[in-house]
Amino acid sequence: MDLQIALVLAQDGIVNGAVYGLMALALVLVFSVTRVIFIPQGELVAFAALSMAALHTGGVPHTLWLLLALALATLLTEAWRYRRGAAVDWGATLLWTVALPGVACVLVLLRPTSVLAQALATLSLVVPLGPLLYRLVYRPLADATVLMLLIVSVALHGVLVGLGLLFFGAEGSRTPAFSELRFEVGGLTVTGQALVVVGVALVLVVAMYLFFERSIIGKALRATAMNRVGARLMGIPTELAGDLSFALAALIGAVSGLLIAPLTTVYYDTGFLIGLKGFVAAIMGGLASYPLALGGALLVGQLESFSSFWASAFKEVLVFTLIIPVLWWRSMKSHHVEDEE
Amino acid sequence: MTPRRLTVFFVALLALAWGFLPAFTVTLLSYIGLYALVAAGLVMLTGVGGMTSFGQAAFVGIGAYATAWVCTSPDVAAALGGQVGPALLPWLGLLLGLLLTAAVAWGLGAITVKLSGHYLPLGTIAWGLSLYFLFGNMALLGGHTGISGVPPLVVAGFSLASPRSLGLVIWAVLLLVLWAMHNLLDSREGRAIRALKGGRVMAESMGVNTAHYRLKVFVLAALLAALSGWLYAHLQRFVNPTPFNLNIGIEFLFMAVVGGAGHLWGAVLGAALITLLKAQLQDLLPQLLGSSGNFEVVVFGLLMLLVLHRFPAGLWPTFARITQRWVKAGAVPPPQAAMALAQQHLPPAGEVLLQAHEVTKRFGGLLANNAVSMDVKAGEVHALIGPNGAGKSTFFNMISGVDDASDGEVRLMGRVMTGRPSRDFAALGLGRTFQHVRLLSTRSVLENVALGAHRRGRRGWLAAMLRLDRAEEAALLAEARQQIERCGLGPYADAPASSLALGQQRVVEIARALAGQPAVLLLDEPAAGLRHLEKQALATLLGQLRSEGLGILVVEHDMEFVMNLADRITVLEFGCVIAHGTPAQVQADPRVLDAYLGGSDDLVEAAA
Repeated sequence: MDLQIALVLAQDGIVNGAVYGLMALALVLVFSVTRVIFIPQGELVAFAALSMAALHTGGVPHTLWLLLALALATLLTEAWRYRRGAAVDWGATLLWTVALPGVACVLVLLRPTSVLAQALATLSLVVPLGPLLYRLVYRPLADATVLMLLIVSVALHGVLVGLGLLFFGAEGSRTPAFSELRFEVGGLTVTGQALVVVGVALVLVVAMYLFFERSIIGKALRATAMNRVGARLMGIPTELAGDLSFALAALIGAVSGLLIAPLTTVYYDTGFLIGLKGFVAAIMGGLASYPLALGGALLVGQLESFSSFWASAFKEVLVFTLIIPVLWWRSMKSHHVEDEE
Repeated sequence: MTPRRLTVFFVALLALAWGFLPAFTVTLLSYIGLYALVAAGLVMLTGVGGMTSFGQAAFVGIGAYATAWVCTSPDVAAALGGQVGPALLPWLGLLLGLLLTAAVAWGLGAITVKLSGHYLPLGTIAWGLSLYFLFGNMALLGGHTGISGVPPLVVAGFSLASPRSLGLVIWAVLLLVLWAMHNLLDSREGRAIRALKGGRVMAESMGVNTAHYRLKVFVLAALLAALSGWLYAHLQRFVNPTPFNLNIGIEFLFMAVVGGAGHLWGAVLGAALITLLKAQLQDLLPQLLGSSGNFEVVVFGLLMLLVLHRFPAGLWPTFARITQRWVKAGAVPPPQAAMALAQQHLPPAGEVLLQAHEVTKRFGGLLANNAVSMDVKAGEVHALIGPNGAGKSTFFNMISGVDDASDGEVRLMGRVMTGRPSRDFAALGLGRTFQHVRLLSTRSVLENVALGAHRRGRRGWLAAMLRLDRAEEAALLAEARQQIERCGLGPYADAPASSLALGQQRVVEIARALAGQPAVLLLDEPAAGLRHLEKQALATLLGQLRSEGLGILVVEHDMEFVMNLADRITVLEFGCVIAHGTPAQVQADPRVLDAYLGGSDDLVEAAA
């Protein structure tokens, strides 16, 4: 290996690492607020990438039917709860079940031709899936243990992967790059797409930082993450926190899907591996620390990129085995046993 | 009809019908048996031990690949140089598979057992994926095409090549395993495993090394999976990576959860349901959807979500309730003559047992305990009182090994306990109760109390599985029953712990602590929720224990109870000791009256 190759590999690693970093961010966010280990995060990535590809070829992505079905189911569930005397936040409910799916319908059925309009339509398709899945699948089990919620996540992952195969078929798709730009820096070819990925990832991270540090809703989410009961006593509705964290996770997933679609061929089950690599990164931060998770993501990206050069057949083995030293390191740090929630 | 007779009846029915069943049914039953073996391990892990794994298929893979490699590789044949006959090779393969599995499971478990429960399953997902890729990429193991030509098992010159004969072996192994697991759960070690799910802090306080037990349960489940893999390889006579991928690992967990993760027979029910359903769906779904693919996972996933929402304990309890009309639990056999448990000698009255010296605890900027010093002597009742938020619970945690002090030291029986886990406190003779009752709510009072005597038994897992522990078990249960009688809960001994009133559950916790024969007893609000007469009975019991030479520390809000019982009292406020002395001294202390302003009526009343 010479320096030239090393630089190319490092660049690849940074680009992939940026996407894993976004995954890790979403996973830490959802886990800290709702205690859900959101395994299906990767499926949202694949749904976004494949929906974008379907829009690009002028078709109607079947994600739309999933969205409408989930919206209807959620609406019926909320109506049923309301009849049984539960308090229902109709504003938020209508936003997720009527307004946003409506926007998605319009955007998709207009058959957008520009890349930007297609990207917007994709976002409108995937983002509402987050809160809808939360309300249908996780909220009824809000008091279950982390372990139970994890098993639920894995079941949901199975359902979504199966649906992905049904919707998009077994063939993969790839979309055209957002930017065809290429230029040379010191002998290294930098593609515009790579810059778009890293740039958008950075913008999202900064936006999330500002959201959590500056906005009152972001602070409320952080409060919920630190102490659910305390936050509820302070008048922060935990349901809002659940909706919002899942919506943000879905947004991050959708954006990640748009970013990777031009870089690699995405299959219906590609998202799972991407999501898991995000997990390996998130675990480095103990599913709690954002900076450690981002650092972990870059490490995972580099490891993957360099191992694909040296031992490409064992690339996945090496990346997932990384979890072992990471867990060992975290285990060394823990001391007294603690009760689980 | 008792469950035992019913089981025997069905086993006999299956054995008689085995020779006449159609070949397809025999094959299907063989697979159900293989899957149930894996699911039984998951029941032990998930439903009983409160952990889980999505990577059991990878362990099945190790078991299958180990024997396939040993039986077919020319390298192995060359290395053995004809010393081992071909009939023995599968047994060598089994040994290798079990050893490899134990090593891998031990390694993976050891790094995750100390962490919160969700790290182990996350680790198994990553591990299940890695191993699948590894199987597919190792030339030694035939890559993605796998290894064919695995020979059949031969036992005593009798070939088990036909599925009908091997299926019989599979079901015999499954039934033996279920019997052994049932025995294990019905023992001292089984109680310790169940305690893992009831909260690790509680289990540690009973002297259970929770990390060690979690590891052992995980290895046990992995070994059962490897055993299933060994049988699978000799049934299929061919292995490739596909049946060992992560999806199959997840399917195994579905079997355990749908069947009922807390019940061994749930594993069989779940394996049967999922296997039959899968066979149906694989025909039906492609027709329905017009394209082929792994669509049964959608139905399985939805089924799983439905079960988790509607039947969180799985289908077995519902099934058992329906059949309850015809099946009555058999009578419990009377305990045999009990052997004697080891007795500890209590230190002489007046000796300092537990000593806290300038114990300080900081949480960030908050000073929860500031240089608190106190001691507990043999043969006295020492009460720790103070308003809410005074730092009593924090202090209680530090003198029981749940948490470490930021500064200062805690000594138990003269030994410095800094950094020691609470099971070491239990080993030195400290028994405790919890402010928020921590019992295994679905288990009987007797079992809960017997858990307290955990440290007084010795017999291990193998002895329990083979029922070699009955004498010791009878002694432990007799001890538990005696402590329950002593605490006045005799009539409730066989009732589930959750059926008792909260105050009585607190007393169960005292009985549990006493079953460990402690020298020091730490009681966290023992009188809360008790009625007047029950409080009197409790005071009498504590007085009796004191006269036997126990040192007792009570944290309590009931002033009348404390003032009448305690020999010495320490008062905490805002993390500092504000008074210390006999009840009379403390009641006269102006700082105490100040601290209890509003509550001082209590003190005055009690003094009157």
